Amino acid sequence: MPLTHLEPSPEQIEQEKIYRTMGLTESEYQEVVRLLGRKPNYTETGLFSVMWSEHCSYKTSKPLLKLFPTKGKRVLQGPGEGAGILDIGDDQAVVFKIESHNHPSAIEPYQGAATGVGGIIRDVFSMGARPVAILDSLRFGDLNNSRVRYLFEEVVSGIAGYGNCIGIPTVGGELQFDDCYNGNPLVNAMCVGVMKHEDLQVGQARGIGNTVMYVGASTGRDGINGATFASEEISAKSDEKRSAVQVGDPFMEKLLVEACLELTKHEALVGIQDMGAAGLVSSASEMAAKAGVGIHMNLDLIPQRETNMTPYEMMLSESQERMLIVIKKGSEEEIKAIFARWGLHAVAVGEVIEEEVLRLEHKGKIVAEVPSDALASAPVRHMPSRVPAEYTANQAAPVWKPEITDLAGTVHQLLTQPTLASKEWVTRQYDYMVQTNTVVAPGSDAAVIRVRGTKKGLAMTTDCNAKYIDLDPLEGGKIAVAEAARNIVCSGGEPLGITDCLNYGTPENPEVFWEMEQSVRGMAEACRVFETPVISGNVSLYNETNHQAIDPTPVVGMVGLIDDLGRLTTASFKHEGDAIYVVGEAAPEFGGSALQIMLDGKASGKPPVIDLQLEKKRQDEVLSAIRKGYVSSVHDLSEGGLAAAAADAVFGTEFGADLHFETDPVTELFSETQSRYLVSVPEALRKEFEATVAGAVLAGSVTRSENIEMHFVTESVSLRRPELEKDWRGVLSCAMSAKN
Amino acid sequence: MKTAVIVFPGANCDQDMYYAIKDGLGEDVEYVWHAETSLDGFDAVMIPGGFSYGDYLRSGAIARFAGIMPAVIKAAQEGKPVLGVCNGFQILLEAGLLPGAMLKNSHLKFICETVRLKVENNETLFTSLYKKDEIIRIPIAHGEGNYYCDDATLKTLKDNHRIVFTYHGENPNGSREAIAGIMNRAGNVLGMMPHPERAADALLGSDDGLRLFQSILNHWRESAHAAYTS
Amino acid sequence: MKKVKVFITLKESVLDPQGQAVMQSLHNMDYPNVKDVRIGKYIELELEDTADVAAEVDEICDKLLANTVIENYRYEIEEEVHS
Repeated sequence: MPLTHLEPSPEQIEQEKIYRTMGLTESEYQEVVRLLGRKPNYTETGLFSVMWSEHCSYKTSKPLLKLFPTKGKRVLQGPGEGAGILDIGDDQAVVFKIESHNHPSAIEPYQGAATGVGGIIRDVFSMGARPVAILDSLRFGDLNNSRVRYLFEEVVSGIAGYGNCIGIPTVGGELQFDDCYNGNPLVNAMCVGVMKHEDLQVGQARGIGNTVMYVGASTGRDGINGATFASEEISAKSDEKRSAVQVGDPFMEKLLVEACLELTKHEALVGIQDMGAAGLVSSASEMAAKAGVGIHMNLDLIPQRETNMTPYEMMLSESQERMLIVIKKGSEEEIKAIFARWGLHAVAVGEVIEEEVLRLEHKGKIVAEVPSDALASAPVRHMPSRVPAEYTANQAAPVWKPEITDLAGTVHQLLTQPTLASKEWVTRQYDYMVQTNTVVAPGSDAAVIRVRGTKKGLAMTTDCNAKYIDLDPLEGGKIAVAEAARNIVCSGGEPLGITDCLNYGTPENPEVFWEMEQSVRGMAEACRVFETPVISGNVSLYNETNHQAIDPTPVVGMVGLIDDLGRLTTASFKHEGDAIYVVGEAAPEFGGSALQIMLDGKASGKPPVIDLQLEKKRQDEVLSAIRKGYVSSVHDLSEGGLAAAAADAVFGTEFGADLHFETDPVTELFSETQSRYLVSVPEALRKEFEATVAGAVLAGSVTRSENIEMHFVTESVSLRRPELEKDWRGVLSCAMSAKN
Repeated sequence: MKTAVIVFPGANCDQDMYYAIKDGLGEDVEYVWHAETSLDGFDAVMIPGGFSYGDYLRSGAIARFAGIMPAVIKAAQEGKPVLGVCNGFQILLEAGLLPGAMLKNSHLKFICETVRLKVENNETLFTSLYKKDEIIRIPIAHGEGNYYCDDATLKTLKDNHRIVFTYHGENPNGSREAIAGIMNRAGNVLGMMPHPERAADALLGSDDGLRLFQSILNHWRESAHAAYTS
Repeated sequence: MKKVKVFITLKESVLDPQGQAVMQSLHNMDYPNVKDVRIGKYIELELEDTADVAAEVDEICDKLLANTVIENYRYEIEEEVHS
């Protein structure tokens, strides 16, 4: 029995303002009426409300996204498709994108994280690429909170459960802890794929009369309104919306990857797109709109795993592991055979039509008919912005510099902060080696994947220091991109381009919108300097719990190209007797530093400043030294400054270091001044290295010992590697075995 | 030597195994789809890791009923080398080609890391190029590698030197007697949780696993391989 | 049609790490009275009525649903289900 007759009529929707509960504003509803030339029915109102949600339409962030550079000589596909594509030479290309799954993960962390991974993988293979790596940028609250520990444990399990099963290595990412994420964790998943140019696919429904097919899992009622849900603040009420969270099936997706990659080689394929957020409606309307055509779809043919589903439910369902494809008419049987081999169904559900509408048929009736491009053209919202009083106060604040009497003790305390501690407890739950291309495993500056059959490698990282951005979004935005590029360079890679995941609070708050504006400006400026265009991305707004917004956290995912894996570098010291250089001088910059947060409990003042030209020049020099083979190890100085970098360089090795400085100890060890590196160089190549990297100061040498000895003019610090490393490694497992 | 790599739906180490043999060992290798029914013409059979059929019921439980399994059993009976790695080991256990069963790791979490293994028996066709008691570095990546068998089975395994590899140092999954790999009575079927195919290229950190494949190749060359080929 | 409820449990002699973990957290949550936790699987089957449903279910359990090296099973056959 169809339930459609229980749905409110177009008149009721208007009079009772039902559209508001579905997520449309007054003026948006009027715009829908104008576009249709009539009042929308219930299904149509649903289609618009989900497609015009922030999550699908970027209606609030669109004006800002325009600031990003998106073109470049390597760009084969910029923003607008499933994922962006960059040329890496030899007729090969790298495909990548990052996406948030913050809200689902806050409600049901295992499935929220797992389906986040599943969704981003589909975005990549829908372009015709084989997914080769996953990175996860994660942020949680205070680990002393048992709910936070639960979220953390389940999110990690969910990522592992999905990624390990599907057989794509999870090779890196970030993990940070801060109180601002207590109720609103950030779960951003990035997927990287590799393809041949000729396999490039796009999500377009070209060719009047061609067949629209539905492939993959059946449609259920799960995740209905998930996309609208992601655009709302989390409140106590969210618990009642549990059905808004989808359940993932990585086994199904593994079959889908293999079948779709086989399909990619088939000449009958016209277009392919993931049914992600907003499921069938977004994939069908976007494919039609991009090609300037329409689609007629018969909903009775949609594979369903629940009974009596309404058109509204079918169109908005976010059941996972589904794709929509358009194929040449007449090749249906061949396509079905490809999917059948993998135990999957491919069902013809509609056709491409000339008239530019999305027309839905159900039980012999047309239940919705809307212009294809109308769904994709939500009215852009220009939000007011206002400089926060806190920003003005921070800018005016005097320079913060602590008095530290116990330097060694402070280093120990710093390295055992969860954000700086070893992430092994997490990374060993991830299969980071499957596909046997992982050359640099999680833990170094960037992960490195070999491009099989070549001597090339891909370096990849995600970065964002939200504390800097909280203090000064413009400067912090620049630093987020610069740090990502620095990490790529440290591995011997040339930065190619970025994907970003812009996580913020509620944009209706003018101060939040100002943070968005400024940080995007900073990022865009840095992208221009590094010649790293933005090729894909995602915006996640309304990251607030009970009106407490997160720090602005625009995560940068960057990929770089290593032209010869023989010149690969990592952060660890390699040989006794190598000379140790510190590149770049430290200034007393502690605003937002790990040291400040540890000692003060909060960030204040100005964050480090960055000179993008100097940063770029130094990156070029360091990369040149790496490519010429002058260095043994390179590590960038970031959170925790030189103290943390020096410890990283000896952990996991049998080495120590003997270092001499004529500078102020606290500034030298803990300042987070930008554009700095710790480099070890074979004694015989010192001259060549010094001639290549300006600003490199000889600080000492690598020793075969258990100590890092640091000598300053006024005092000396001796750090014991074994004890420090043991405590550094134990932080997360110790926190996670805490009793409730 | 021509090697078959069996591909089950949900297998994800099939390509790794393929490349280890093709590039690492430099020998002929082909994928064989789970629905095939013959392994005639192959000299060795590899059952790679992954999550066959999603491992939703029990690891390896559904794969053992695949169309190819009678041919795998036949190959084992004919004395051809059969290697099951990780999920492949679990499938060999479920199929009864090897004794015992797998439980979830004792710490309940998936674990991925390079571990040290001790070669307990180097007088097998899989390990002849290792030294007895040699310590080698091979990665593991599994959630259910906690090998279990009853006392009688354990005694038989020990008495017949059928425990081929054990974990050296920390036992990563709680397996009985730190067992990492066992073989059948005839010595031609080996199941192991660690992944030798992930340690077949020094660029990736270790090539200690390559000698396992080279041992198989040596065995094939030395034996009257005419009997294996049709 | 008959509905069959199959219960699969680990054999007594086999350590159940999942059960141990749950018991540990129950103790941490201050339920000291819990003396043991064993975790198993519950599976529902619907079968056509045949002469010997039990024999068929035994076979299914032995062959696929349970691994009798480590697991035991038992089942309940319920009366007619209408679909």
